[in-house]
Amino acid sequence: MVALKRVVDYNVRVRVKSDGSGVETDGVKMSINPFDEIALEEALRIKERGQAEEVIVCSMGSADVQQQLRTGLAMGADRAIHVETSGAIQPLTAARILLKLIEKEQPGIAFLGKQAIDDDCNQTGQMLAALWDRPQATFASKVDIENGTATVKREVDAGLETIAIDLPAVLTSDLRLNEPRFVKLPDIMKAKRKSLDAMAMDELGVEPAAELEAVSFEPPPKRGGGKMVESVDQLVSELKNKGLL
Amino acid sequence: MSRILIIAEHDGTTLNVATAKTLTGARAMGVDDIDVVVFAADPAAVAGQAAELAGVSRVLSVAGADFEHPLAARLAPEVAAIAGDYSHILAPSTTFGKDLLPRAAALMGVNQVSDIMEVIDARTFKRPIYAGNAIVTVRVPEGGPVVATIRTASFAASDGGGSASVEERQPQASDPGHTRFVKVEGSDGEGPDLSSAPIVVSGGRALGSSDNFAIIYGLAKKLGAAVGASRAAVDAGYVPNELQVGQTGKIIAPDLYFAIGISGAIQHLTGIKDAGTIVAINKDAEAPIFEIADLGLVGDLFEIIPELEKAL
Repeated sequence: MVALKRVVDYNVRVRVKSDGSGVETDGVKMSINPFDEIALEEALRIKERGQAEEVIVCSMGSADVQQQLRTGLAMGADRAIHVETSGAIQPLTAARILLKLIEKEQPGIAFLGKQAIDDDCNQTGQMLAALWDRPQATFASKVDIENGTATVKREVDAGLETIAIDLPAVLTSDLRLNEPRFVKLPDIMKAKRKSLDAMAMDELGVEPAAELEAVSFEPPPKRGGGKMVESVDQLVSELKNKGLL
Repeated sequence: MSRILIIAEHDGTTLNVATAKTLTGARAMGVDDIDVVVFAADPAAVAGQAAELAGVSRVLSVAGADFEHPLAARLAPEVAAIAGDYSHILAPSTTFGKDLLPRAAALMGVNQVSDIMEVIDARTFKRPIYAGNAIVTVRVPEGGPVVATIRTASFAASDGGGSASVEERQPQASDPGHTRFVKVEGSDGEGPDLSSAPIVVSGGRALGSSDNFAIIYGLAKKLGAAVGASRAAVDAGYVPNELQVGQTGKIIAPDLYFAIGISGAIQHLTGIKDAGTIVAINKDAEAPIFEIADLGLVGDLFEIIPELEKAL
Protein backbone atom coordinates (compact mmCIF):
# COMPACT_ATOMS: atom_id res chain seq x y z
CA MET A 1 0.00 0.00 0.00
CA VAL A 2 1.45 3.32 -1.10
CA ALA A 3 0.25 6.68 0.21
CA LEU A 4 0.25 9.50 -2.34
CA LYS A 5 -0.06 13.14 -1.35
CA ARG A 6 -1.24 15.81 -3.75
CA VAL A 7 1.17 18.76 -3.49
CA VAL A 8 2.21 21.85 -5.42
CA ASP A 9 4.47 20.60 -8.24
CA TYR A 10 8.14 20.76 -7.33
CA ASN A 11 8.92 23.03 -10.28
CA VAL A 12 6.56 25.74 -9.04
CA ARG A 13 8.16 28.59 -7.16
CA VAL A 14 5.64 29.05 -4.35
CA ARG A 15 4.71 32.51 -3.12
CA VAL A 16 3.28 33.58 0.20
CA LYS A 17 -0.04 35.43 -0.13
CA SER A 18 0.36 39.14 0.51
CA ASP A 19 -1.94 39.00 3.57
CA GLY A 20 0.17 36.23 5.13
CA SER A 21 -2.79 33.85 5.30
CA GLY A 22 -1.12 31.06 3.39
CA VAL A 23 0.70 30.09 0.24
CA GLU A 24 -0.71 30.85 -3.23
CA THR A 25 -2.12 27.61 -4.67
CA ASP A 26 -4.81 28.93 -7.04
CA GLY A 27 -4.13 27.88 -10.61
CA VAL A 28 -0.85 26.25 -9.60
CA LYS A 29 0.16 22.90 -11.07
CA MET A 30 -0.39 20.03 -8.61
CA SER A 31 1.41 16.67 -8.68
CA ILE A 32 2.12 13.56 -6.67
CA ASN A 33 4.64 14.38 -3.93
CA PRO A 34 7.97 13.33 -5.55
CA PHE A 35 9.03 11.14 -2.62
CA ASP A 36 5.65 9.33 -2.80
CA GLU A 37 6.18 8.77 -6.51
CA ILE A 38 9.52 7.12 -5.67
CA ALA A 39 7.73 4.97 -3.06
CA LEU A 40 5.20 3.88 -5.67
CA GLU A 41 7.94 3.09 -8.18
CA GLU A 42 9.66 0.87 -5.62
CA ALA A 43 6.39 -0.89 -4.78
CA LEU A 44 5.81 -1.56 -8.49
CA ARG A 45 9.33 -3.00 -8.81
CA ILE A 46 8.73 -5.24 -5.79
CA LYS A 47 5.57 -6.52 -7.48
CA GLU A 48 7.40 -6.96 -10.80
CA ARG A 49 9.99 -9.10 -9.01
CA GLY A 50 7.14 -11.34 -7.90
CA GLN A 51 7.42 -10.29 -4.26
CA ALA A 52 4.01 -8.65 -4.03
CA GLU A 53 0.64 -9.56 -5.52
CA GLU A 54 -0.97 -6.17 -5.59
CA VAL A 55 -0.10 -2.49 -5.29
CA ILE A 56 -2.78 -0.25 -3.78
CA VAL A 57 -2.45 3.52 -3.85
CA CYS A 58 -4.35 5.70 -1.41
CA SER A 59 -4.72 9.40 -0.81
CA MET A 60 -6.63 11.77 1.44
CA GLY A 61 -8.28 15.10 0.84
CA SER A 62 -10.87 16.60 -1.50
CA ALA A 63 -12.05 14.96 -4.74
CA ASP A 64 -9.04 16.62 -6.46
CA VAL A 65 -6.67 13.97 -5.09
CA GLN A 66 -8.31 11.47 -7.45
CA GLN A 67 -6.20 13.04 -10.23
CA GLN A 68 -3.03 11.92 -8.45
CA LEU A 69 -4.55 8.50 -7.72
CA ARG A 70 -5.30 8.11 -11.46
CA THR A 71 -1.67 8.98 -12.20
CA GLY A 72 -0.66 6.31 -9.70
CA LEU A 73 -2.91 3.81 -11.43
CA ALA A 74 -1.41 4.81 -14.79
CA MET A 75 2.07 4.16 -13.38
CA GLY A 76 0.93 0.63 -12.64
CA ALA A 77 -0.89 0.45 -9.30
CA ASP A 78 -3.76 -2.06 -9.32
CA ARG A 79 -6.40 -0.08 -7.47
CA ALA A 80 -6.90 3.11 -5.52
CA ILE A 81 -8.58 4.29 -2.35
CA HIS A 82 -9.60 7.89 -1.76
CA VAL A 83 -10.40 8.93 1.81
CA GLU A 84 -12.40 12.15 1.69
CA THR A 85 -11.49 14.74 4.27
CA SER A 86 -12.65 18.30 4.66
CA GLY A 87 -9.53 20.34 4.10
CA ALA A 88 -5.91 19.47 4.70
CA ILE A 89 -4.98 17.10 7.50
CA GLN A 90 -1.84 16.91 9.59
CA PRO A 91 0.47 13.89 9.96
CA LEU A 92 -1.07 12.20 13.02
CA THR A 93 -4.58 12.20 11.55
CA ALA A 94 -3.12 10.97 8.24
CA ALA A 95 -1.38 8.15 10.11
CA ARG A 96 -4.64 7.22 11.88
CA ILE A 97 -6.45 7.05 8.53
CA LEU A 98 -3.67 4.92 7.02
CA LEU A 99 -3.86 2.57 10.00
CA LYS A 100 -7.59 2.01 9.33
CA LEU A 101 -6.81 1.22 5.69
CA ILE A 102 -4.05 -1.16 6.79
CA GLU A 103 -6.43 -2.99 9.09
CA LYS A 104 -8.77 -3.47 6.12
CA GLU A 105 -6.22 -4.28 3.44
CA GLN A 106 -3.52 -6.10 5.46
CA PRO A 107 -0.57 -5.01 3.28
CA GLY A 108 2.93 -6.45 3.77
CA ILE A 109 4.46 -3.02 3.29
CA ALA A 110 3.07 0.46 3.80
CA PHE A 111 5.27 2.66 1.61
CA LEU A 112 5.36 6.45 1.99
CA GLY A 113 7.62 9.25 0.89
CA LYS A 114 9.99 10.38 3.62
CA GLN A 115 8.36 13.81 3.59
CA ALA A 116 5.91 15.90 1.60
CA ILE A 117 7.46 18.83 -0.22
CA ASP A 118 4.69 21.21 0.90
CA ASP A 119 4.70 21.03 4.72
CA ASP A 120 8.13 19.27 4.90
CA CYS A 121 6.98 17.53 8.09
CA ASN A 122 8.70 14.14 7.70
CA GLN A 123 6.42 12.49 10.27
CA THR A 124 3.60 10.40 8.83
CA GLY A 125 5.49 7.17 8.13
CA GLN A 126 7.07 7.10 11.57
CA MET A 127 3.71 7.85 13.21
CA LEU A 128 2.00 5.11 11.24
CA ALA A 129 4.66 2.60 12.30
CA ALA A 130 4.09 3.58 15.94
CA LEU A 131 0.31 3.22 15.76
CA TRP A 132 0.62 -0.05 13.84
CA ASP A 133 3.27 -1.23 16.33
CA ARG A 134 5.45 -2.44 13.45
CA PRO A 135 9.02 -1.72 12.29
CA GLN A 136 9.96 1.38 10.32
CA ALA A 137 12.76 1.93 7.82
CA THR A 138 12.84 5.62 7.03
CA PHE A 139 14.91 7.42 4.35
CA ALA A 140 15.36 4.20 2.33
CA SER A 141 17.84 4.25 -0.54
CA LYS A 142 17.86 0.50 -1.22
CA VAL A 143 15.33 -2.19 -0.35
CA ASP A 144 15.87 -5.97 -0.58
CA ILE A 145 13.15 -8.39 0.46
CA GLU A 146 13.69 -12.02 1.34
CA ASN A 147 11.71 -14.47 3.47
CA GLY A 148 9.52 -11.88 5.13
CA THR A 149 12.43 -9.60 6.01
CA ALA A 150 13.33 -6.32 4.35
CA THR A 151 16.98 -5.31 4.40
CA VAL A 152 17.04 -1.56 3.94
CA LYS A 153 19.88 0.87 3.37
CA ARG A 154 18.97 4.19 4.97
CA GLU A 155 20.44 7.62 4.21
CA VAL A 156 21.55 8.90 7.61
CA ASP A 157 23.82 11.79 8.59
CA ALA A 158 26.74 9.42 9.19
CA GLY A 159 26.42 7.75 5.77
CA LEU A 160 24.43 4.66 4.85
CA GLU A 161 22.92 2.58 7.61
CA THR A 162 21.60 -0.91 6.93
CA ILE A 163 18.83 -2.37 9.07
CA ALA A 164 16.82 -5.57 8.78
CA ILE A 165 13.12 -5.41 9.62
CA ASP A 166 10.41 -8.04 9.83
CA LEU A 167 7.42 -7.48 7.58
CA PRO A 168 4.81 -6.13 7.73
CA ALA A 169 6.46 -2.76 8.15
CA VAL A 170 6.50 0.88 7.13
CA LEU A 171 9.09 2.09 4.62
CA THR A 172 9.73 5.69 3.65
CA SER A 173 11.63 6.54 0.49
CA ASP A 174 14.57 8.85 0.08
CA LEU A 175 15.53 10.54 -3.16
CA ARG A 176 18.05 8.03 -4.46
CA LEU A 177 15.92 4.90 -4.04
CA ASN A 178 15.01 4.86 -7.74
CA GLU A 179 13.94 6.97 -10.69
CA PRO A 180 10.19 6.74 -11.23
CA ARG A 181 8.96 5.59 -14.65
CA PHE A 182 7.19 7.88 -17.07
CA VAL A 183 3.51 7.31 -17.64
CA LYS A 184 2.56 6.31 -21.20
CA LEU A 185 -0.66 7.37 -22.89
CA PRO A 186 -2.14 3.85 -23.23
CA ASP A 187 -1.58 3.39 -19.50
CA ILE A 188 -3.55 6.55 -18.78
CA MET A 189 -6.45 5.13 -20.79
CA LYS A 190 -6.16 1.79 -19.01
CA ALA A 191 -6.05 3.51 -15.62
CA LYS A 192 -9.52 4.95 -16.21
CA ARG A 193 -10.95 1.43 -15.97
CA LYS A 194 -9.16 0.51 -12.74
CA SER A 195 -11.05 0.54 -9.44
CA LEU A 196 -11.02 3.73 -7.36
CA ASP A 197 -12.95 3.47 -4.10
CA ALA A 198 -13.95 6.62 -2.27
CA MET A 199 -14.97 6.76 1.36
CA ALA A 200 -15.38 9.46 3.98
CA MET A 201 -12.96 9.76 6.89
CA ASP A 202 -15.94 9.50 9.27
CA GLU A 203 -16.94 6.14 7.78
CA LEU A 204 -13.55 4.79 8.83
CA GLY A 205 -14.15 5.87 12.40
CA VAL A 206 -11.00 7.98 12.59
CA GLU A 207 -10.69 10.45 15.41
CA PRO A 208 -8.83 13.54 14.16
CA ALA A 209 -5.83 14.60 16.25
CA ALA A 210 -5.51 18.10 17.72
CA GLU A 211 -3.91 20.18 14.99
CA LEU A 212 -1.12 22.72 15.15
CA GLU A 213 -2.54 26.15 14.47
CA ALA A 214 -0.96 28.01 11.55
CA VAL A 215 -0.79 31.58 12.87
CA SER A 216 0.78 33.29 9.85
CA PHE A 217 2.92 32.78 6.78
CA GLU A 218 5.80 34.91 5.55
CA PRO A 219 8.44 34.78 2.83
CA PRO A 220 11.91 33.69 3.95
CA PRO A 221 14.41 36.38 4.92
CA LYS A 222 16.53 37.33 1.92
CA ARG A 223 20.30 37.28 1.92
CA GLY A 224 21.79 40.63 1.05
CA GLY A 225 23.24 41.06 -2.42
CA GLY A 226 26.88 40.08 -2.76
CA LYS A 227 30.01 41.63 -4.09
CA MET A 228 31.94 40.43 -7.11
CA VAL A 229 35.71 40.25 -6.89
CA GLU A 230 38.07 40.26 -9.89
CA SER A 231 40.91 38.07 -8.68
CA VAL A 232 42.01 35.43 -6.23
CA ASP A 233 44.14 38.02 -4.41
CA GLN A 234 41.14 40.28 -3.93
CA LEU A 235 39.07 37.32 -2.71
CA VAL A 236 41.72 36.38 -0.15
CA SER A 237 42.06 39.96 1.11
CA GLU A 238 38.26 40.31 1.46
CA LEU A 239 38.16 37.11 3.50
CA LYS A 240 41.05 38.33 5.64
CA ASN A 241 39.26 41.64 6.23
CA LYS A 242 36.23 39.74 7.47
CA GLY A 243 38.48 37.80 9.84
CA LEU A 244 37.60 34.53 8.15
CA LEU A 245 41.13 33.51 7.16
CA MET B 1 4.22 22.27 34.88
CA SER B 2 6.84 23.54 32.49
CA ARG B 3 9.71 21.20 31.95
CA ILE B 4 11.71 20.31 28.87
CA LEU B 5 13.23 16.95 27.99
CA ILE B 6 15.90 16.77 25.28
CA ILE B 7 16.77 13.42 23.70
CA ALA B 8 20.57 13.32 23.43
CA GLU B 9 22.15 12.30 20.13
CA HIS B 10 25.51 10.56 20.41
CA ASP B 11 27.65 7.79 18.93
CA GLY B 12 28.11 5.84 22.15
CA THR B 13 31.12 7.81 23.36
CA THR B 14 30.65 11.44 22.31
CA LEU B 15 27.65 13.73 22.61
CA ASN B 16 26.76 15.10 19.16
CA VAL B 17 26.94 18.90 18.95
CA ALA B 18 23.35 18.81 17.63
CA THR B 19 22.29 18.22 21.24
CA ALA B 20 23.97 21.43 22.44
CA LYS B 21 22.21 23.31 19.61
CA THR B 22 18.87 21.79 20.58
CA LEU B 23 19.57 23.00 24.12
CA THR B 24 19.96 26.57 22.84
CA GLY B 25 16.58 26.28 21.16
CA ALA B 26 15.11 24.89 24.38
CA ARG B 27 16.51 27.76 26.46
CA ALA B 28 14.75 30.25 24.17
CA MET B 29 11.41 28.79 25.27
CA GLY B 30 11.51 30.46 28.67
CA VAL B 31 11.39 27.21 30.64
CA ASP B 32 13.92 26.90 33.45
CA ASP B 33 13.85 23.18 33.96
CA ILE B 34 15.68 21.38 31.14
CA ASP B 35 16.60 17.71 31.39
CA VAL B 36 18.63 15.68 28.90
CA VAL B 37 18.08 11.94 28.55
CA VAL B 38 20.86 9.68 27.29
CA PHE B 39 19.96 6.19 26.05
CA ALA B 40 23.12 4.15 25.53
CA ALA B 41 24.70 0.77 26.14
CA ASP B 42 27.12 2.50 28.50
CA PRO B 43 25.83 6.05 28.96
CA ALA B 44 28.29 7.34 31.61
CA ALA B 45 30.67 9.25 29.30
CA VAL B 46 27.94 10.86 27.21
CA ALA B 47 25.84 11.67 30.28
CA GLY B 48 28.90 13.37 31.77
CA GLN B 49 29.31 15.53 28.67
CA ALA B 50 25.61 16.46 28.71
CA ALA B 51 25.87 17.44 32.39
CA GLU B 52 28.56 19.99 31.49
CA LEU B 53 26.29 21.93 29.13
CA ALA B 54 25.22 25.27 30.60
CA GLY B 55 21.52 25.37 31.38
CA VAL B 56 20.89 21.66 31.89
CA SER B 57 19.13 20.85 35.17
CA ARG B 58 19.41 17.07 35.19
CA VAL B 59 20.74 14.31 33.01
CA LEU B 60 18.80 11.06 32.92
CA SER B 61 21.15 8.21 32.15
CA VAL B 62 19.43 5.07 30.86
CA ALA B 63 21.60 2.01 30.23
CA GLY B 64 20.54 -0.90 28.06
CA ALA B 65 22.53 -3.32 25.90
CA ASP B 66 19.92 -2.90 23.15
CA PHE B 67 20.54 0.87 23.05
CA GLU B 68 23.85 0.35 21.25
CA HIS B 69 22.31 1.54 18.00
CA PRO B 70 19.60 4.22 18.15
CA LEU B 71 16.64 2.36 16.61
CA ALA B 72 13.41 4.37 16.65
CA ALA B 73 11.25 1.30 17.26
CA ARG B 74 13.24 0.58 20.44
CA LEU B 75 13.64 4.14 21.71
CA ALA B 76 10.22 5.68 20.96
CA PRO B 77 8.40 3.72 23.72
CA GLU B 78 11.18 4.73 26.16
CA VAL B 79 10.67 8.39 25.29
CA ALA B 80 6.89 8.09 25.55
CA ALA B 81 7.22 6.37 28.94
CA ILE B 82 9.05 9.30 30.55
CA ALA B 83 7.28 12.03 28.56
CA GLY B 84 4.50 12.36 31.12
CA ASP B 85 6.79 14.36 33.41
CA TYR B 86 7.40 17.03 30.75
CA SER B 87 5.64 19.84 28.92
CA HIS B 88 8.17 19.75 26.04
CA ILE B 89 10.00 16.87 24.36
CA LEU B 90 12.74 17.97 21.96
CA ALA B 91 15.29 16.36 19.66
CA PRO B 92 17.61 17.73 16.99
CA SER B 93 16.28 17.74 13.44
CA THR B 94 18.97 15.34 12.30
CA THR B 95 18.24 11.94 10.76
CA PHE B 96 18.36 10.59 14.34
CA GLY B 97 15.69 13.00 15.60
CA LYS B 98 13.61 12.88 12.44
CA ASP B 99 13.45 9.09 12.64
CA LEU B 100 12.72 8.82 16.35
CA LEU B 101 10.61 11.73 17.50
CA PRO B 102 7.52 11.39 15.26
CA ARG B 103 7.26 7.76 16.37
CA ALA B 104 7.29 8.91 20.00
CA ALA B 105 4.84 11.75 19.26
CA ALA B 106 2.33 9.29 17.80
CA LEU B 107 2.57 7.18 20.95
CA MET B 108 1.82 10.34 22.95
CA GLY B 109 -1.09 11.15 20.62
CA VAL B 110 0.16 14.55 19.44
CA ASN B 111 1.38 16.13 16.22
CA GLN B 112 5.01 17.19 16.09
CA VAL B 113 6.51 20.56 15.21
CA SER B 114 9.30 19.76 12.74
CA ASP B 115 12.41 21.91 12.20
CA ILE B 116 11.90 24.83 14.60
CA MET B 117 14.02 27.71 13.28
CA GLU B 118 12.84 30.39 15.70
CA VAL B 119 11.13 30.35 19.08
CA ILE B 120 8.38 32.95 19.60
CA ASP B 121 7.17 31.64 22.96
CA ALA B 122 6.92 28.31 24.76
CA ARG B 123 4.23 27.03 22.37
CA THR B 124 4.70 29.20 19.26
CA PHE B 125 7.44 28.63 16.70
CA LYS B 126 8.60 29.47 13.19
CA ARG B 127 9.43 26.65 10.81
CA PRO B 128 10.31 26.44 7.11
CA ILE B 129 7.91 24.88 4.58
CA TYR B 130 8.08 24.43 0.79
CA ALA B 131 11.84 23.78 0.93
CA GLY B 132 12.37 27.04 2.80
CA ASN B 133 10.42 29.16 0.29
CA ALA B 134 7.95 30.09 3.02
CA ILE B 135 8.04 30.32 6.79
CA VAL B 136 5.01 29.41 8.86
CA THR B 137 4.39 30.40 12.47
CA VAL B 138 2.63 27.55 14.27
CA ARG B 139 1.07 27.36 17.71
CA VAL B 140 0.80 24.07 19.57
CA PRO B 141 -2.69 23.59 21.04
CA GLU B 142 -3.10 23.36 24.82
CA GLY B 143 -3.89 19.99 26.29
CA GLY B 144 -0.83 18.08 25.16
CA PRO B 145 2.94 18.34 25.28
CA VAL B 146 5.03 20.23 22.72
CA VAL B 147 6.93 17.59 20.75
CA ALA B 148 9.39 19.23 18.38
CA THR B 149 12.62 18.89 16.44
CA ILE B 150 15.07 21.78 16.40
CA ARG B 151 16.72 22.88 13.15
CA THR B 152 20.34 22.79 14.26
CA ALA B 153 21.55 25.28 11.62
CA SER B 154 19.39 27.97 13.28
CA PHE B 155 20.89 27.76 16.78
CA ALA B 156 24.45 28.03 18.06
CA ALA B 157 25.69 25.31 20.40
CA SER B 158 25.25 26.04 24.12
CA ASP B 159 28.45 26.60 26.08
CA GLY B 160 29.94 24.24 28.60
CA GLY B 161 30.55 25.14 32.24
CA GLY B 162 27.42 23.54 33.64
CA SER B 163 27.31 20.94 36.37
CA ALA B 164 23.98 19.15 36.22
CA SER B 165 23.27 16.08 38.33
CA VAL B 166 23.20 12.70 36.61
CA GLU B 167 20.41 10.32 37.60
CA GLU B 168 20.42 6.70 36.57
CA ARG B 169 17.12 5.35 35.28
CA GLN B 170 15.98 1.92 34.19
CA PRO B 171 14.58 1.12 30.74
CA GLN B 172 10.77 1.06 30.72
CA ALA B 173 10.17 -0.97 27.55
CA SER B 174 11.76 -4.01 25.95
CA ASP B 175 13.25 -4.71 22.54
CA PRO B 176 10.43 -5.60 20.12
CA GLY B 177 13.00 -7.71 18.23
CA HIS B 178 11.55 -6.87 14.81
CA THR B 179 14.15 -4.23 13.89
CA ARG B 180 17.83 -5.13 13.75
CA PHE B 181 20.87 -2.96 13.09
CA VAL B 182 23.17 -4.49 10.48
CA LYS B 183 25.89 -1.94 9.73
CA VAL B 184 26.69 1.65 8.93
CA GLU B 185 29.00 2.68 6.11
CA GLY B 186 30.35 6.20 6.33
CA SER B 187 33.05 8.16 4.64
CA ASP B 188 36.57 7.51 5.89
CA GLY B 189 36.06 10.00 8.70
CA GLU B 190 38.91 12.22 7.51
CA GLY B 191 38.56 15.92 8.16
CA PRO B 192 35.89 17.73 10.20
CA ASP B 193 32.22 16.77 10.25
CA LEU B 194 30.22 18.42 7.49
CA SER B 195 27.26 19.23 9.75
CA SER B 196 29.27 21.24 12.25
CA ALA B 197 32.48 22.39 10.49
CA PRO B 198 33.13 26.17 10.63
CA ILE B 199 34.42 26.09 7.03
CA VAL B 200 32.91 23.98 4.24
CA VAL B 201 34.18 23.63 0.67
CA SER B 202 31.57 22.22 -1.71
CA GLY B 203 31.92 21.14 -5.31
CA GLY B 204 29.28 20.79 -8.00
CA ARG B 205 28.70 19.22 -11.35
CA ALA B 206 31.35 21.43 -12.97
CA LEU B 207 34.03 19.30 -11.33
CA GLY B 208 33.22 16.80 -14.04
CA SER B 209 34.49 13.62 -12.40
CA SER B 210 35.26 11.84 -9.19
CA ASP B 211 39.00 12.24 -9.86
CA ASN B 212 38.67 15.98 -10.39
CA PHE B 213 37.01 16.26 -6.99
CA ALA B 214 40.51 15.83 -5.53
CA ILE B 215 40.98 19.57 -6.11
CA ILE B 216 38.10 20.23 -3.68
CA TYR B 217 39.57 17.86 -1.08
CA GLY B 218 42.93 19.60 -1.49
CA LEU B 219 41.52 23.06 -0.84
CA ALA B 220 39.46 21.76 2.08
CA LYS B 221 42.53 20.22 3.66
CA LYS B 222 44.44 23.47 3.32
CA LEU B 223 41.57 25.34 5.02
CA GLY B 224 40.85 22.69 7.66
CA ALA B 225 37.41 22.53 6.11
CA ALA B 226 34.81 19.81 5.59
CA VAL B 227 33.94 18.75 2.04
CA GLY B 228 30.40 19.04 0.70
CA ALA B 229 28.75 18.65 -2.66
CA SER B 230 25.69 19.63 -4.64
CA ARG B 231 22.99 17.11 -5.44
CA ALA B 232 24.13 17.13 -9.09
CA ALA B 233 27.63 16.08 -8.04
CA VAL B 234 26.27 13.32 -5.82
CA ASP B 235 23.83 12.09 -8.45
CA ALA B 236 26.70 12.01 -10.97
CA GLY B 237 28.56 9.72 -8.58
CA TYR B 238 31.51 12.07 -7.94
CA VAL B 239 31.15 11.78 -4.13
CA PRO B 240 29.11 9.70 -1.65
CA ASN B 241 25.60 10.83 -0.75
CA GLU B 242 26.38 11.87 2.82
CA LEU B 243 28.31 14.84 1.43
CA GLN B 244 25.19 16.32 -0.16
CA VAL B 245 24.34 19.82 1.03
CA GLY B 246 20.80 21.03 0.43
CA GLN B 247 17.16 20.60 1.25
CA THR B 248 17.31 16.84 0.65
CA GLY B 249 20.81 16.51 2.06
CA LYS B 250 22.41 18.30 4.97
CA ILE B 251 21.32 21.77 6.05
CA ILE B 252 24.41 23.51 7.37
CA ALA B 253 25.46 26.86 8.78
CA PRO B 254 29.26 27.18 8.60
CA ASP B 255 30.97 30.54 9.16
CA LEU B 256 32.49 30.32 5.68
CA TYR B 257 31.10 28.37 2.72
CA PHE B 258 32.76 27.88 -0.66
CA ALA B 259 30.42 26.91 -3.51
CA ILE B 260 32.70 25.82 -6.33
CA GLY B 261 31.27 24.95 -9.72
CA ILE B 262 27.79 24.95 -8.18
CA SER B 263 25.10 26.79 -10.14
CA GLY B 264 22.87 27.30 -7.09
CA ALA B 265 19.64 25.34 -7.54
CA ILE B 266 17.03 26.37 -4.98
CA GLN B 267 17.32 23.06 -3.18
CA HIS B 268 21.06 23.64 -2.66
CA LEU B 269 20.55 27.24 -1.53
CA THR B 270 18.06 26.04 1.10
CA GLY B 271 20.85 24.03 2.67
CA ILE B 272 23.24 26.99 3.08
CA LYS B 273 20.95 29.94 3.81
CA ASP B 274 22.26 30.31 7.33
CA ALA B 275 25.94 30.23 6.39
CA GLY B 276 27.93 33.24 7.60
CA THR B 277 29.80 34.14 4.40
CA ILE B 278 29.19 32.41 1.07
CA VAL B 279 31.94 32.48 -1.57
CA ALA B 280 30.92 31.42 -5.07
CA ILE B 281 33.36 30.45 -7.80
CA ASN B 282 31.76 29.67 -11.15
CA LYS B 283 32.59 30.24 -14.79
CA ASP B 284 28.98 31.24 -15.56
CA ALA B 285 28.50 34.85 -14.45
CA GLU B 286 24.72 34.36 -14.67
CA ALA B 287 24.66 31.41 -12.24
CA PRO B 288 22.00 31.93 -9.52
CA ILE B 289 24.58 31.19 -6.83
CA PHE B 290 25.96 34.72 -7.36
CA GLU B 291 22.60 36.22 -6.31
CA ILE B 292 23.06 34.98 -2.76
CA ALA B 293 26.85 34.80 -2.51
CA ASP B 294 28.62 37.41 -0.38
CA LEU B 295 31.72 37.18 -2.53
CA GLY B 296 31.67 36.01 -6.13
CA LEU B 297 34.49 35.23 -8.52
CA VAL B 298 33.80 34.37 -12.17
CA GLY B 299 36.29 32.05 -13.78
CA ASP B 300 37.57 28.53 -14.41
CA LEU B 301 37.70 26.66 -11.13
CA PHE B 302 40.58 24.52 -12.38
CA GLU B 303 42.71 27.67 -12.64
CA ILE B 304 41.31 29.52 -9.62
CA ILE B 305 41.53 26.75 -7.01
CA PRO B 306 45.29 26.06 -7.40
CA GLU B 307 45.90 29.81 -7.32
CA LEU B 308 43.73 30.16 -4.22
CA GLU B 309 45.50 27.29 -2.50
CA LYS B 310 48.85 28.96 -3.18
CA ALA B 311 47.59 32.30 -1.84
CA LEU B 312 46.43 30.81 1.47
